[in-house]
Amino acid sequence: MSPTTVVITGLGATSPLGGDVASTWDAMLAGRSGVRRLSHDWAAQLPVQIAAEVEVDPSEVLDRVKARRLDRSAQLAMVAAMAAWADAGLTGVELDGERVGVAVASGIGGVQTLLSNYDALITKGPRRVSPLAIPMLMPNSPAANIGLLVGARAGVHTPVSACASGNEGIALGVDMIRLGRVDLVVVGGTEAAVHPLPLAAFANMMALSKRNDDPERASRPWDTARDGFVLGEGAGILVLESAEHARSRGARVYARVAGAGITADSHDIAQPDPVGAGARRAIERALTEADLKPSDIGHINAHATSTPQGDVAESLAIRGALGPAADEVVVTSTKSMTGHLLGAAGALESIATVLALHERRVPPTINLDSVDEGVELDIATSVRELPEGDLAALNNSFGFGGHNVALAFTTA
Amino acid sequence: MATTEEIRTTLASIVNDVAGIPVEDVQMDKSFTDDLDVDSLSMVEVVVEAEEKFDVKIPDDEVKNLKTVGDAVAFIERAQA
Repeated sequence: MSPTTVVITGLGATSPLGGDVASTWDAMLAGRSGVRRLSHDWAAQLPVQIAAEVEVDPSEVLDRVKARRLDRSAQLAMVAAMAAWADAGLTGVELDGERVGVAVASGIGGVQTLLSNYDALITKGPRRVSPLAIPMLMPNSPAANIGLLVGARAGVHTPVSACASGNEGIALGVDMIRLGRVDLVVVGGTEAAVHPLPLAAFANMMALSKRNDDPERASRPWDTARDGFVLGEGAGILVLESAEHARSRGARVYARVAGAGITADSHDIAQPDPVGAGARRAIERALTEADLKPSDIGHINAHATSTPQGDVAESLAIRGALGPAADEVVVTSTKSMTGHLLGAAGALESIATVLALHERRVPPTINLDSVDEGVELDIATSVRELPEGDLAALNNSFGFGGHNVALAFTTA
Repeated sequence: MATTEEIRTTLASIVNDVAGIPVEDVQMDKSFTDDLDVDSLSMVEVVVEAEEKFDVKIPDDEVKNLKTVGDAVAFIERAQA
């Protein structure tokens, strides 16, 4: 029996490039950077003073009273989820909530709420710790709030696998549909960690670019002058349905999620496997699950965060998994423009992958002046057209902990 | 020391901040839970904010007795006396 076909019927996002999917996608095609020098007072003391904050603050979109009961990570998720729900044509539509689920990830959870309440505890005492702190900071809060928004009464989940979390949310949603547990599932990821503590911690790991004087040029995947990733924030949400459910309600279909490959490196808690063995197996498993050949793949939205080691390991993984067919694949890293959204990265980049298939256009990798000699890939440095006909694309995400999640998408 | 009306006005602004209820709707006879959309967690926020504004202590055991805005105003008046 062939597995249930899973289709994508709704997209929603808020990102460093725009407050919705359309503006984010337009900025990607235009090759615009969302990285800026941080103007907050607290940034002055940090070694890294650049980040990619969302272009439209959630306070401009959400009801004030609802927003003050949500951590920023949940605020961003709600903005994206409301947009995805509307985009899927579900506003005001009555669904059987027992057949609706949620799988929305976060890498770090409500870190800003945790830290601001710790500040209140230290400076003003325990009475000033908010009674809302726990429901705000718990990492499942974005998923739970989206569940309340859409009336989901099947499983509501929050996969956590650092920077692979967003892709893992999508993979879990596919499983939920294929196991017959839901007809429709809201998936994706969210992150809001632009705060001095995560910035200092990532900087001390030597993970972040220190190109403070040239923020728009700081995220430069595969370039010889790359010096680390740029921390970003935002959310990406997709509505997945069984093809049958989507057909029955006449929904517009962007693309299919054909398969997922999930592996672990078992190599190191933070360093990627230098030859990308786990990443390669994730790509191979995604192809197998999707019943695709390497030559079916026309495009890859790479994880490529702009770190010295990770970008090379991924290029080896891609070449290893696809063999000579890799020559025909247009690869890009939209992180060159958005920065690294951690637990939201896979979700936002899956949206970019889906739109690349849907519109047959691949957004460029910016700031790639001189490709690292260890990287043998056809990387788009300007907008590239994809051929007509049946086509497949991959989105890779890898996380601290050695988590690898590759997703395979096909044209509808 | 704040007058009855000053206490009510300040509480109204706290309730507006916490629950989004228009300040003019926060009248003495209104129930926090039934009329003003203040659930049990929000009530803790209202209480802590009021403690700071009026420099009083409102013990946790007392909070359940503060059903209406008038109850809260009366408690704060007594506590300030």
